Amino acid sequence: MTRERIVAKPRLLVPQTAGFVYCPGCHEPLVAKAIAEVLDELEMGDSAVGVFDIGCSSFLLGILDIDSVLGPHGRPPDMATAIKHIYPNNVVFTVQGDGGLLSIGADPLMGALARAEKITIIMINNAVYGTTGGQMAPTSLAGQKTTTTPGGRDVSKHGFPVHAAEMIATFKGTAYSVRCAVNNPYNYGQTRECLKTAFAKQMRGVGLSFVEVLSACPSNWHLSPADALRWIEEGLMLEFPLGEFKNVDKIE
Amino acid sequence: MGERMFIEGNVAVAYGASVAGCQAFFGYPITPQNEITEWFAREFPKMGRVFVQTQSELGSINMLYGAAATGVRAMTSSSSPGWSLMQETVSDLANAELPCVIVNVQRGGPGGGPIRHAQQDYFQCTRGGGHGDYRNIVLVPASSQECCDLTQLAFYLADKYRNPVIVMSDAIVGRLRETVEVEKIEFGSLPGKDWAVSGKGKHRDGERRVVEHSGDLFGRYSSYHSLLQSLDEKIKRMQEAELRYEDYKAEDASLILVAYGYTARVAKEAVNLARSAGIKAGLLRLITAWPFPYEVIRQKACLGSNFLVVEDSLGQLVEDVRIAVEGNSDIGMVNILDRHMLTDGGMILPDRVLAKIEEMSRA
Repeated sequence: MTRERIVAKPRLLVPQTAGFVYCPGCHEPLVAKAIAEVLDELEMGDSAVGVFDIGCSSFLLGILDIDSVLGPHGRPPDMATAIKHIYPNNVVFTVQGDGGLLSIGADPLMGALARAEKITIIMINNAVYGTTGGQMAPTSLAGQKTTTTPGGRDVSKHGFPVHAAEMIATFKGTAYSVRCAVNNPYNYGQTRECLKTAFAKQMRGVGLSFVEVLSACPSNWHLSPADALRWIEEGLMLEFPLGEFKNVDKIE
Repeated sequence: MGERMFIEGNVAVAYGASVAGCQAFFGYPITPQNEITEWFAREFPKMGRVFVQTQSELGSINMLYGAAATGVRAMTSSSSPGWSLMQETVSDLANAELPCVIVNVQRGGPGGGPIRHAQQDYFQCTRGGGHGDYRNIVLVPASSQECCDLTQLAFYLADKYRNPVIVMSDAIVGRLRETVEVEKIEFGSLPGKDWAVSGKGKHRDGERRVVEHSGDLFGRYSSYHSLLQSLDEKIKRMQEAELRYEDYKAEDASLILVAYGYTARVAKEAVNLARSAGIKAGLLRLITAWPFPYEVIRQKACLGSNFLVVEDSLGQLVEDVRIAVEGNSDIGMVNILDRHMLTDGGMILPDRVLAKIEEMSRA
């Protein structure tokens, strides 16, 4: 009887010998695991270059066993653009937070979208700045209490949550734009499929591909991991519905 | 013999980069350096190399970071306000020890300033410009030929030290058309770039590569202290080995002019006029603004020479000369307020410099 490998620890994860950097209940390691599994499955581990941003996404530098780049805050789409132009046959992707992509990183995001760069941008949306201690992000919900909106986000003063996946879908050069989550096994599986599609669009040269992942941040939400899971469904998902906002195989 | 061409300094920069094997250029429009960006936009696609017109100078410098992380020779160019915008990433490039070349064709400031010539970025280029402890080699061409040759040197030095190298010209040097012989210069062998990212399948050891700008988070250095120690050693090595200047009749001069870029050519003309009038004037023309010839100037000061700084700013280079003479000499200055016209088209011209030489010689 031959034995077939059906489940194992993903090969592209770096052993965490010095302890685990993430807070209890954080969803970012699940995103990392999904990326590792998908790259492995697509046999892209040898060609992948990950560009990570300042903030919690920089931890991926120590998690994913692939060639990796970390630079200034908000700039991964610029760095990924250059790397992709130099190595067009490599899969090049960024992982960034909502603040890193939509606030300080709006310039490189708009640039990459306008030029229709063949890169993949993965944004982890946890509705706050994580590493710095829970300040208001572009994605913070109306009324959400953060350290810089102690009375709750007042939309008349602070504006409204930014919908990245919907906005990115409006660009002609976008091949794929999707919002997913990792709050349960079904959604985790969907996220894997979304990542596969995103990387495939890039390698077929269709256009820019974007994956937004709703992600729990119990530490900065001041919730238990279990309550954070509930808030993803009862808070975040009401403002940020899951779904595909663009999926095309050809841009003319 | 290389090909002889009648080209602007800005175009000579581009030819220099091209023969040096630059593979990627990133640029955003800004006067007075557009000839550089347009040359790459026209020529690089034909050569199968990378050109990207960026969304901003932030885009340029961060694409340069990404390109440099792959180990290819890469470059951006800009002018003063754009160069200001780049500074955070220049600091990151220095920490990450990424070799790359940045060209700053200086224009007037502060702020938006005029789009014409000036030499007001001396502090910003020689002192780093961004945050933290680092230094970049700063090459300061004074002719189209030097624009071509020093750009080639810049790529070599960047690779040699794994450090950004700045080519600082100005609107006059950049837009001046002169005969240039474009010839590839051999500078010697360089270490390989085993550290660069390319996808881990391409690395012989099969191990992944990480390029980052913290220094001690992922094993490049064992601690912040050892990162700083290494940067300090690198700064000292560059200071010792890479000082370049031209000594023009300064050997026996009692008054030595110090200048770089377009004002160095003005100063040279003034020295010739002074010599014809029997005044022992000479010129120390910087080729590197950093490293700076502190020791050369200190020795000449100790032997009794006085100094006249000629620079198209309110006075930046003059402070380095002041440090170098250690109080042993008189220092005069012909600066931006001495331009021949009050408009932004005004220049420092040889007769003003000569008048100052005569005044200082009488004293």
